[in-house]
Amino acid sequence: MTGASDMRDLYQEVIIDHGRNPRNFGKLENANRSAEGDNPMCGDRLTVYLHIDDDGVVDGTSFEGHGCAISTASASLMTEMVKGRTRAEALALFRRLHEMATGRPPEDDAGAEPVDEKVLEEVAGKLEVLSGVREYPMRVKCATLPWHTMKAAMAGEDSTTTE
Amino acid sequence: MNDVSAAATGRDLARIRADFPILSETVHGKPLVFLDNAASAQKPRQVFDAERDVYEHGYANIHRGVHYLSQVATQKFEESRAKVRAFLNAPDVDEIVFVRGATEAINLVAHSYGRAFMEPGDEVVISVLEHHSNIVPWQMLRDERGIVLKAATATPDGMIDLDSMKRMIGPKTKLVAITHMSNALGTIQPVDEIVAMAKQVGAHVLIDGCQAVPHMPVDVQALGCDFYVFSGHKLYGPTGIGVLWGRGELLSQMPPYQGGGEMIARVSIEKTRYKNIPHRFEAGTPAIIQGIGLGAAIDYVNAVGFDWIAWHERDLLDYAMEKLRGVNSLTMHGQGEPRGSILSFTMEGAHPHDIGTILDDKGVAVRAGHHCAEPLMDFYGLKATTRASFGLYNTREEVDALVDAIGAVQEIFG
Repeated sequence: MTGASDMRDLYQEVIIDHGRNPRNFGKLENANRSAEGDNPMCGDRLTVYLHIDDDGVVDGTSFEGHGCAISTASASLMTEMVKGRTRAEALALFRRLHEMATGRPPEDDAGAEPVDEKVLEEVAGKLEVLSGVREYPMRVKCATLPWHTMKAAMAGEDSTTTE
Repeated sequence: MNDVSAAATGRDLARIRADFPILSETVHGKPLVFLDNAASAQKPRQVFDAERDVYEHGYANIHRGVHYLSQVATQKFEESRAKVRAFLNAPDVDEIVFVRGATEAINLVAHSYGRAFMEPGDEVVISVLEHHSNIVPWQMLRDERGIVLKAATATPDGMIDLDSMKRMIGPKTKLVAITHMSNALGTIQPVDEIVAMAKQVGAHVLIDGCQAVPHMPVDVQALGCDFYVFSGHKLYGPTGIGVLWGRGELLSQMPPYQGGGEMIARVSIEKTRYKNIPHRFEAGTPAIIQGIGLGAAIDYVNAVGFDWIAWHERDLLDYAMEKLRGVNSLTMHGQGEPRGSILSFTMEGAHPHDIGTILDDKGVAVRAGHHCAEPLMDFYGLKATTRASFGLYNTREEVDALVDAIGAVQEIFG
């Protein structure tokens, strides 16, 4: 953790790009699930909107709110990655991110539906750009907040916090 | 305490810095540049030497033992109370209540003053600039007692708006609770005018002095307020200790905040007679070591002297403001005068947390976020800021390190 080169590992171009120009930003008008996520430590706040169809596929995603480059980019990437995925696949992607960032699965992950991990391989590679947070324990929650919020939305909870 | 006077008489920054061992640490291979003093200040060795001395030579529970060590510890603890009295120029040492920190002090007043003096419909007036600890206890009192909570707005440059305050204060106002110096912006508030407004309607005034006491002398009698609170850890003292000063005639009419040992005169199963102030507000074994450490911190600050502290911190502040004015894309907030040594800023295209991480990588410790003052942030339309806050041991070279590190932020986010 010394020098600008390590900062570039954390702030890769993809992060800067998604942080500056987040995809799927704004309210999703036909959302049938949404939740607010808060990180009380830093004041980051976002709302994740989902539309989940009758087959359990996430066919619409968006988010709005404000946060740092890491949380904004993570939310932006998330909305791209989970679109078209089943609920179980989306949660499996969260598990992968969480394990990458913290070395362990998310809490309450027991009993998760099994998914075909091979199907996820291609899309999961996108998560790699967020791997830099591993070295910054104070910033892990920035990367995971949008995903926690998505999970809360799927569970029908109105809000979640990182605390 | 020879070391204190040696550091102070020379008023030599290098020698002051040598009193703070942690300042020699490196962070990520860089010299530590500690600019998060408004959150909590570092401690001089005079403070932890005083604490260690008690543990090694004079520790026992206080106010209850007939044995030697208890008397020694009690004496030291009460000497600290006397130092706090002098520090605030309070009329009477019995008006100094030791608490865990300013947060507990305000909760104590909300709880005990609220029970003693407030009826449904009575009003508490705060401002939008307050720290959460001077907002939430009043909201809790409102919900419990049916009082009304009002907040005066602020001027664009970070001062409580006196016109707004004048409109908020009225015949139903019982208490005005305001910050002396904004923790998020550094602006020193027009407390004299606000005290005068409150007195006109017979209201009491509580001043949150957390940010003020490390930077300027405070005289509660000159201020004319009724309660003054601060935390020890921002004054180069230990955590877990803070101060509530209250006018004796008010404190004496307030019921205890917590019940237990230490605060009783006589207990039977049916009823209890409470001790007089301040002990009736100090249930249980207090933070003995930390209280004594706070006394050492006050000695230290007094030895360095507020004349020098004010001069030095103003120099750092002016130097930093001049340097940061030269940074494109950087905006400083709440620039009103008078002000203490806190600078709150935002940068175009870079979020405060990302700024904080990049600065940390350069060894520069700042605070990023809402600074426990979300209503202030909302009022100014800010989501978060980066805050650099200077203490008596900071240097111009550390300001340069801050400015260089901000350059690294621009490289990544520019």
